[in-house]
Amino acid sequence: MTTDSATSGPRFRLNPKHLIIFLITLILVLGELRYSILGGYERLVATLGSCLATEALLARMLGDRKPSYSSAYISGISLALLIKPQAGLLWPFWLGGILSIGSKYVLRVHGRHLWNPSNFGIGVLVILASGSVAILSHQWGNELATNLVIWTLGLVIAGRARVLHVTLSYLGAFLALAGLRTLLTGAPLLAEIAPVTGPMYQLFIFFMITDPRTTVGTRGGRIAVAVIVAVVEALIRLAGDAGIGFLTPLYYSPPIMALFIVGPIAMWWDLRRRARATA
Amino acid sequence: MSSASRGGTTARIVAGVLFVGAISAVAVLGRPAGAGEEVSDLGFRLSETAAERGIDFRHQSTTLDPRLDNVAPHVAGIGASVAVTDYDGDGWSDLYFTSSRFGTPNGLYRNRGDGSFESAGAGAGLADLNEEGVGASMGSVWGDYDNDGREDVFVYGWGYQRLFRNVDGTRFEDVSAASGLRVWMNSNAAIWLDYDADGHLDLYLAGYFRSDIDMWNLESTRIMQNSFEFATNGGRNRLFRSRGDGTFEDVTEAAGVGSTRWTLAVASADFDEDGLPDLYLANDYGPEELYLNRGDGTFELADGIGLSDDSKSGMSVALGDVHNRGRLDVFVTNISERGYLFQGNNLRINHLVEANEFQNVARGVLADAGWAWGAQFGDLDNDGFQDLYIVNGFISADRERDYWYGMSKVAGAQGAIFEDARTWPPIGDASLSGYERSRLLLRRGEFVDVAESAGVSDDLDGRAVAFADLENRGVLDVIVANQNGPPLLYRNEIAPVRRWIQIELEGRVSNRSAIGAEVIVEFGGARQRQVVAGGLGFASQNQRRLHFGLGDVDRVERAVVRWPSGIEQELGDLEVDRLHRVVEPETP
Repeated sequence: MTTDSATSGPRFRLNPKHLIIFLITLILVLGELRYSILGGYERLVATLGSCLATEALLARMLGDRKPSYSSAYISGISLALLIKPQAGLLWPFWLGGILSIGSKYVLRVHGRHLWNPSNFGIGVLVILASGSVAILSHQWGNELATNLVIWTLGLVIAGRARVLHVTLSYLGAFLALAGLRTLLTGAPLLAEIAPVTGPMYQLFIFFMITDPRTTVGTRGGRIAVAVIVAVVEALIRLAGDAGIGFLTPLYYSPPIMALFIVGPIAMWWDLRRRARATA
Repeated sequence: MSSASRGGTTARIVAGVLFVGAISAVAVLGRPAGAGEEVSDLGFRLSETAAERGIDFRHQSTTLDPRLDNVAPHVAGIGASVAVTDYDGDGWSDLYFTSSRFGTPNGLYRNRGDGSFESAGAGAGLADLNEEGVGASMGSVWGDYDNDGREDVFVYGWGYQRLFRNVDGTRFEDVSAASGLRVWMNSNAAIWLDYDADGHLDLYLAGYFRSDIDMWNLESTRIMQNSFEFATNGGRNRLFRSRGDGTFEDVTEAAGVGSTRWTLAVASADFDEDGLPDLYLANDYGPEELYLNRGDGTFELADGIGLSDDSKSGMSVALGDVHNRGRLDVFVTNISERGYLFQGNNLRINHLVEANEFQNVARGVLADAGWAWGAQFGDLDNDGFQDLYIVNGFISADRERDYWYGMSKVAGAQGAIFEDARTWPPIGDASLSGYERSRLLLRRGEFVDVAESAGVSDDLDGRAVAFADLENRGVLDVIVANQNGPPLLYRNEIAPVRRWIQIELEGRVSNRSAIGAEVIVEFGGARQRQVVAGGLGFASQNQRRLHFGLGDVDRVERAVVRWPSGIEQELGDLEVDRLHRVVEPETP
């Protein structure tokens, strides 16, 4: 939807990023009030503080762009919700924040960062520190009503933010591949579909895979990347079913690790393509 | 190159170095913990002696309805238990183990008094209890429910519950039906307590799977929990009040203690210092619950004390006086698994009186003990502080195959999906937190894991652990019941330089077993409280007598018994290094 300022005058238009901030804040508040999902407010303070401080520091230090506090806020909330370490550990939260925001400034190609920040932070934590860190063990009470509220709002906001095609492409691919996995392994279909009904996927689908800053430039390309992420995730899951030991760190959170692998390759390829086109 | 450009390059290098430093810090801080600490001056050592002492028992899991084959090792992964009793009244602690498979016997082992045991279950009538159509044993609690001076036993499990009256110290009579306790439940926990202080033992019986389910003849496979965190579709817990004539009445509704969470362990003690026994529940797939005894036959579910919003997978409730404050603190085991789940155990310090809350202080080795099951507090080195023993490990099968990934598919899903056992991925011969080593946390200021240094190196699937002085030497030995495995008897060889006392209570106005009595012993500036429990931990019961290590203190300054009847008895000058038998006075 667009507005015509020449005929109707200036109108308030909601920035999609504000909608995303609203949605993730809603998830945080609902999750905390109903299920104490944070496990302690010090965790929220550590991740938010770390993300915002790193954003401020690196933007000032490198001096080539304004700090994006809204992006740091989304990353901080995502990390606070998704990281579930051993009791009493705070370092995964503040180090996760530094890694997430740091990746935006350090791991850049052609002026763009390659990873969704929280995807990078979580990926590194899971690979290097799985003895201390797990991903989202709280499950929103496994309630249908809570799931429906978040899914409905999430889909509406994804539509307003013009990333619904990414969400739906990933979902469609996931469901199709779940059916394929059932055919290949004989596992119950509902068991293969079950993960997508959980909260970790909600955060993944609405805040990671759809991140406009780390998706490729064309609509077709974004759909292709979403499908490829789902395919890599399916391969990880098949490896998990087969019990391939050395890939174990990938099994802890298959969609996040699939995006961790596919996302930067797709971004690098897209940036190189665009650079060549403009050369 | 301009100075601005040089500055930018320098800034990028600094940012890069900081970034790499952060990654390195994650790698260093996140490195796996070692297998406990090597400690050379423990002052005690545990040696496994079960076989050489005549314990030839082996637990076997129950079979299930074939429609549960895909998750059978998971669903049937409980049932190994141990209870310490002195059923023949000879002053030596005997042992009772349960098995669960139909046709396999439970094991009653009589302590000969010379360090060895003899199998006595068949002769006593307590062996062949696992029968098709009747049920599978999951545990037992001992108590003198008829106050005749002999320890009776209640055997709980899946199917019909059973009460056996101790006839003459050698034989037991099945009085389940006559007592009113022959009810069909799927239970994994029970305790004796005297909640109404009438001098007769009552029974709190916890439901796990719903009571309308026959685990061997299912009508539906929708039997699993409806939430991984806040499940409320478990079997209903029940409170049976003793009428004092050998029969019991179900007072659950009136008492308000009919939780339908998936209770796996119950403990009773006076947590809020009002002189009444309260109930503390560890619930699988849900938060812990504390029911405070109002003293009028009803209980109140305590709210706002830090339990209701902290949902994990409670397996066991152990009670100990961690800081020698004269208070009973609570340790509840939960699940931790690398990369997948860090629920962490809870050590809840009791601040109910002054702040109306429990404070969870579990960190490090206290919090992470793998897939932890039974736990007990006890002073294993007689240094005056209570130590903590934790058994763990769920399913030890194929070492190369792991079910955690399979289970993680449904664990985060919407409740209606995993409530149906058919939707769970097949476990096959995979392990699930298998081959975990037990933890022995010694109180040395902080808790330190000294299991390996102390001689504990088994990696069996431990379920229950109990403490008893099996040879009346003034030390606590450790007995462990393992799922699908043999029990372990760790004989405690301890440096004789440390002092101790033991106190054995016999009720007169209170129940004869003195269950619910609390003893506070003051020594060397410490003030340690212990409770005589009618079941404690997970599927376990310690010896009835209370053991206090005193360190190098050779004098007990004061000892007070708070009997369930309300009578408070101050004990005189207690000689150290000996057992004191105390009989309740008839009047305060």
